Amino acid sequence: MAEATPVIDVQELSKSFAGKTVVNKLSLRVRPGEIYGFLGPNGSGKTTFIRMLCGLLRPDAGSGVCLGFDIQKQADAIKPLVGYMSQRFSLYEDLSVRENLNFMARIYDLPKQHALVDENIERMGLGRFANQLAGTLSGGWKQRLALTACLLHQPRLLLLDEPTAGVDPKARRDFWDDIYRLSEQGVTSLISTHYMDEAERCHRLAYLSYGKLLVTGTADEVVAASGLTSWSVFGSNVHLLITQLKDVEGVEQVVPFGNTLHVSGHDADMLEHGLQPFMDGEYRWQKTAANLEEVFISLMQDREVA
Amino acid sequence: MRGSGIFSWRRFRAIISKEFVQMRRDRMTFAMMIGIPILQMVVFGFAINSDPKHLPTVILAADHSVFSRSIVTAMQNSGYFEIVKTVASEAEADLLLNEGEVQFVISIPEGFSRGLVRGERPALLLTADATDPSATSNALSAFRLLAETALARDLEGPLRHLRRSSPPVEIMVHARFNPAAITQYNIVPGLMGVVLTMTLVIITALAITRKRERGTMENLLSTPVKPMEVMFGKIVPYIIVGYVQMGVILLAGRYIFHVPMLGNLGLLLLVSLPFIAANLGVGLTFSTLARNQLQAVQMAFFFFLPSILLSGFMFPFRGMPPWAQHVGGMLPLTHYLRIVRGIILKGNSFAQILPNLWPIGVFLLVALSIGLTRYRRTLD
Repeated sequence: MAEATPVIDVQELSKSFAGKTVVNKLSLRVRPGEIYGFLGPNGSGKTTFIRMLCGLLRPDAGSGVCLGFDIQKQADAIKPLVGYMSQRFSLYEDLSVRENLNFMARIYDLPKQHALVDENIERMGLGRFANQLAGTLSGGWKQRLALTACLLHQPRLLLLDEPTAGVDPKARRDFWDDIYRLSEQGVTSLISTHYMDEAERCHRLAYLSYGKLLVTGTADEVVAASGLTSWSVFGSNVHLLITQLKDVEGVEQVVPFGNTLHVSGHDADMLEHGLQPFMDGEYRWQKTAANLEEVFISLMQDREVA
Repeated sequence: MRGSGIFSWRRFRAIISKEFVQMRRDRMTFAMMIGIPILQMVVFGFAINSDPKHLPTVILAADHSVFSRSIVTAMQNSGYFEIVKTVASEAEADLLLNEGEVQFVISIPEGFSRGLVRGERPALLLTADATDPSATSNALSAFRLLAETALARDLEGPLRHLRRSSPPVEIMVHARFNPAAITQYNIVPGLMGVVLTMTLVIITALAITRKRERGTMENLLSTPVKPMEVMFGKIVPYIIVGYVQMGVILLAGRYIFHVPMLGNLGLLLLVSLPFIAANLGVGLTFSTLARNQLQAVQMAFFFFLPSILLSGFMFPFRGMPPWAQHVGGMLPLTHYLRIVRGIILKGNSFAQILPNLWPIGVFLLVALSIGLTRYRRTLD
């Protein structure tokens, strides 16, 4: 797998709008069949990067190959092989589910359009909504329709920009099941998300901040590379500790999870030393691995300090 | 207690001040709110004149005498007529009327002065392009009076007796193209241009703005579809809608308003294409400027208002001051109205409408190139 030609292989892509650099010398390599998670705060350049990959925007600088075609010069060859799902629902609200899909099938000039659309409606479970106007669907079903629409032409690469924002957990689960099934069939996905549980489902992750790529790797690699040490505190009144712990030297983040607190910092010794006075029996302390959220928040904070 | 009660001034004021903040943010809407009344004031206050004067007139004189000169001078002094030319033949005069170059032809027949002196009451003929009855009616009634009084001054001494046989000349008025002065004959064909302008500018501006607002454009552009395919695919349906509208108006004009249709309707349909395209170009340009659908409608209105008021649709074109005629002369509707009325009411040929066709062509080129350039830029 690792030897296969990368699906996306770009070097130092940059894009700026009105003098503001949105994507700054970004290099990325995605292997076939991989589910690649794209994370970063709002405005970090994820959407712009995705739009450059699918030919919606022309990079100012940099070069690269997507599905074997030059992204600067061969956007027209890339488009038919890519399925792009924008952040906002961008199908026609005043067309029915079936009409939307028929339209997309015609735009991609697909053979046997009607049979193909019927088959996709069936497979994606859209049957009972087939004649309903897209605008009247709930958020989850809209997302499912959008996914169906961008799968019609059997793309080899999916570029999904926050596909699950505002979608309920069941619909998200179904969505990820589809993505895994496609991955087995060799379809590569690049998915931007703000959900940590989704980040953990990705084969590999990239974290973007202010247009720059900060870390890449598997979830474990990202956590390990962060150098964060974490402690969990259990107890019935842990929330009373929050303000006190935040002032302790070495503590960078205190995050409550119900009756548990997560305390983390980069300097393991200083953190342990600082927490010592609180380990007095009323609370149960346990050293744990930092989770992705802590890693990303810490990355964001580092950027702000720098 | 604050916050209770049926009507709280504090809450009310909060809403009012929020509205003003939002109004100020939407610069375009704000500009339109100020701009539209100013535009209306200028147009209604300064440009519109329902008593048009200085209407271009040609003289077709077969008799040159003191009498004919007196009549011509009196016509000019009345302020209604402005002699622009002297022609030698009736054919030449007809051509000028047909092309809408002049409003009136005053014909002084051969032997006019001899007939007058002999008390034969010779005919004095004023031929009018009466397509738009409101443009000519005042001038026509003024003419009847002034011809008599003008001659009265010349009929002195031995000719004094001729004054008694009033009037000394037979005044004939020939209202061409719309002899019964039926306003509908002028309005119904004109409506075609107005309806096309309204629908095409507003609808295209709206449709394309809406598409961008909803984000469907982004989705489309990620597919293999080409920007030109999207644009022409968007526009062609509206061209067809434009033709359907024309058809409806033509049928209604023919069977409900009984407008005489003298010209070649095939020619009319053909030369309407550049006009339709010009309006679509305007709509397209607006759609690239507007940030939301409200702005698109406002801009379309901003274009529509002078079109309807300064084109000669509502008020006689020649009644307007020169600056307003210049503004009107730039609008495609002005020329299209002349083409439609020319073909339907006057039976104009292609050669005769050509002077009004090329300004539309120029407008089309400008509007479409601005529209296309801006449209392409919005995609990146």
